[in-house]
Amino acid sequence: MTTEICAQQMDYRELNAKVRAAVAGGERELVLSQVNGQRYLGVGLTQPVKLSIHGVAGNDLAAFMDGPTLEIWGNAQDGVGNTMNSGRVVIHGSAGDVLGYGMRGGRILVRGDVGYRVGIHMKSFKRQVPTIVVGGSAGDFLGEYMAGGVLVVLNLWKEEKEPVGRWTGTGMHGGAIYLRGGSVSPDRLGREVLAAPAGEEDQPVLFPLLDDFATTFGLEAEELRRQPFQRLTPTSHRPYGNLYAY
Amino acid sequence: MTSLVLPEFLHRVDHQRCRRCKRCVMSCGFGALQFLERVVADHAKCVGCHRCATFCPEGAITIERNPTALRYNAHWSEEHRKAIWRQAESGGMLLSAMGNDKPYPSYFDHLLLDACQVTNPSIDPLREPMELRTYLGSKPERLEFGAGPDGKPRLTVELAPQVQLETPLVFSAMSFGSISLNAQKALAMAAEKCGITMNTGEGGLHKDLYPYSRHVVIQVASGRFGVSPEYLQQGAAVEIKIGQGAKPGIGGHLPGEKVPHEISETRMVPVGTDCLSPAPHHDIYSIEDLAQLIGALKEATRYEKPVGVKIAAVHNVAAIASGIVRAGADFIFLDGFRGGTGAAPTVIRDHVGLPIELAVAAVDDRLRREGIRNRASLVVAGGIRSSADVAKAVALGADVCAIGTAALVAMGCHLCQKCYTGNCSWGIATQRSELVRRLEPDVAAERLVNLVRAWSLELKEILGALGLNAIESLRGSRERLRAVGLDQTTLDILGVKPAGR
Repeated sequence: MTTEICAQQMDYRELNAKVRAAVAGGERELVLSQVNGQRYLGVGLTQPVKLSIHGVAGNDLAAFMDGPTLEIWGNAQDGVGNTMNSGRVVIHGSAGDVLGYGMRGGRILVRGDVGYRVGIHMKSFKRQVPTIVVGGSAGDFLGEYMAGGVLVVLNLWKEEKEPVGRWTGTGMHGGAIYLRGGSVSPDRLGREVLAAPAGEEDQPVLFPLLDDFATTFGLEAEELRRQPFQRLTPTSHRPYGNLYAY
Repeated sequence: MTSLVLPEFLHRVDHQRCRRCKRCVMSCGFGALQFLERVVADHAKCVGCHRCATFCPEGAITIERNPTALRYNAHWSEEHRKAIWRQAESGGMLLSAMGNDKPYPSYFDHLLLDACQVTNPSIDPLREPMELRTYLGSKPERLEFGAGPDGKPRLTVELAPQVQLETPLVFSAMSFGSISLNAQKALAMAAEKCGITMNTGEGGLHKDLYPYSRHVVIQVASGRFGVSPEYLQQGAAVEIKIGQGAKPGIGGHLPGEKVPHEISETRMVPVGTDCLSPAPHHDIYSIEDLAQLIGALKEATRYEKPVGVKIAAVHNVAAIASGIVRAGADFIFLDGFRGGTGAAPTVIRDHVGLPIELAVAAVDDRLRREGIRNRASLVVAGGIRSSADVAKAVALGADVCAIGTAALVAMGCHLCQKCYTGNCSWGIATQRSELVRRLEPDVAAERLVNLVRAWSLELKEILGALGLNAIESLRGSRERLRAVGLDQTTLDILGVKPAGR
């Protein structure tokens, strides 16, 4: 059974309370229709539920989320997956700024573009490895202070554009960023980042993500796998290790 | 490179009295003492923490300030010259710990409390009930009553979630990482016993502390370490950390070598990873963004817990506080420039921020004038040394005072200010297991409980002398303060009359 909630003209508190009540009542699949910027959808949910969201998901979608699967048939605003612990977010449109801030686990797939400051301070812990795949391009400060996890930017839709903005990976000290295409301009990269062509050793990490993205959005997985990728990794795990006098 | 800096302390052993038990050698976390047929000190390593002297069974140890004098110079103080040498030798930023130790004026020491005489009799706290209980959280604009089903009057206004405190004190945020787990356990045990709260700081909540979670305020800071849905369900309240009095505008940095297994589990990062807390939250660039995070945390905690914001007192603190209240915070934690830290660049610690006395007065005044003072409780911290400071802070507008340094001192800290080295001989600011073991949580908790009890008794005495029977009657009651030796502008900011008027 699926519960459908029409979110038209509904305040976010009421909408989220309805979702929580349905989940508490045992519902495992919900459809939210007419969503128009309501904030905090999926926030703090810890059950393995599925939310199908039609419309524009508001700020802080899936913040502090632990387990659910959210599919957004439209765009999402800022702060998707803030400090997310586990679960899956699929966005068929584009997403705004600060996606995946402090994310510790789970996966976010965005078919379109993402804004500024995406994947800041992502970190991994034990078997939790947060992953974000962006079909379009990303803005400035992608992966700043990144401490773990994997970020992939495919830049599939406007290839004349650079895949990422400036200061990519500034302060990065863990994890990896993969950018489709031969080489990104060096002026896009932070000082703490080492760029190299992705090779065979990257395939076990990269290919499952590409396959997932292709399957989710109806693209050719083989075609994506054949593309050249550039890998960004931190030059040091201690970028700020020698600043102090002890 | 030879260091030009002479030792700060000289470690003297009375070898006549010393019975060569080597206890001092073992007690020094800094490796300053060796036993070579007798105790030999490397004076340069002595930080003056007094662990060895305190536990010497013969009282044979004396630690003195090195009397070797540099030529006096009022402008080029010894401290300035030593700092330059250390920087010339290292090329690094100087680090400090604990609060600002510079001789800036302490306004608490210029304020005197009132008392009753003859016409408005004082109250005897030994005989009369004295109410210290304080509720942390947003208060309604007005109370409205209707009739309940039984016909009796009933409150019809929905109250925001509150944390009940049995005395207007809480323990400040000190993370697992900056202090040891045993120190955190002591704080949690004492908080439970006293009916107050301790605060995780940005280090997550160790599983051992879950049983105390009703007396724990959990912090969400820019690195989001240890912040998980499970963590958010623990805790009596949530605190968003924007800033800290010891280092306003500065992030945190727990180096990887201080992230062993237990800390890694609690912060939810791999062992040995640097824990970088960026200076700003990268999702907060405005009051609207702050409102968004407050909202997210309220959603995630089902509106069952107060969500507050901690800021350092800085120049425009009153306007900032107003914005924070309007962003929906249930409490503001205001941290003055004397507030402590486990590590901060000395230049920031000693030269940035505001005295808490002026900050609390300015904030309380601003929120009152805007008619929003009821919407958030004010927790005030940053160098609260005694119950007198608490009473004065409350009279200036604080709801609650938070103590960090005082709590550490109660547990044995001697303010040697070397927390950032991780070598704390007292087992407080260290993760070295042989040092941590020295701090027995039960014993340290008892010392903390005693301190809170003693200050609470003193607060009752102060209230009785003022002719009050509840701490809330003193809140913001600046008429009960008089100032000595302050200029008119400062008096205006404090809202206090000069003594004699």
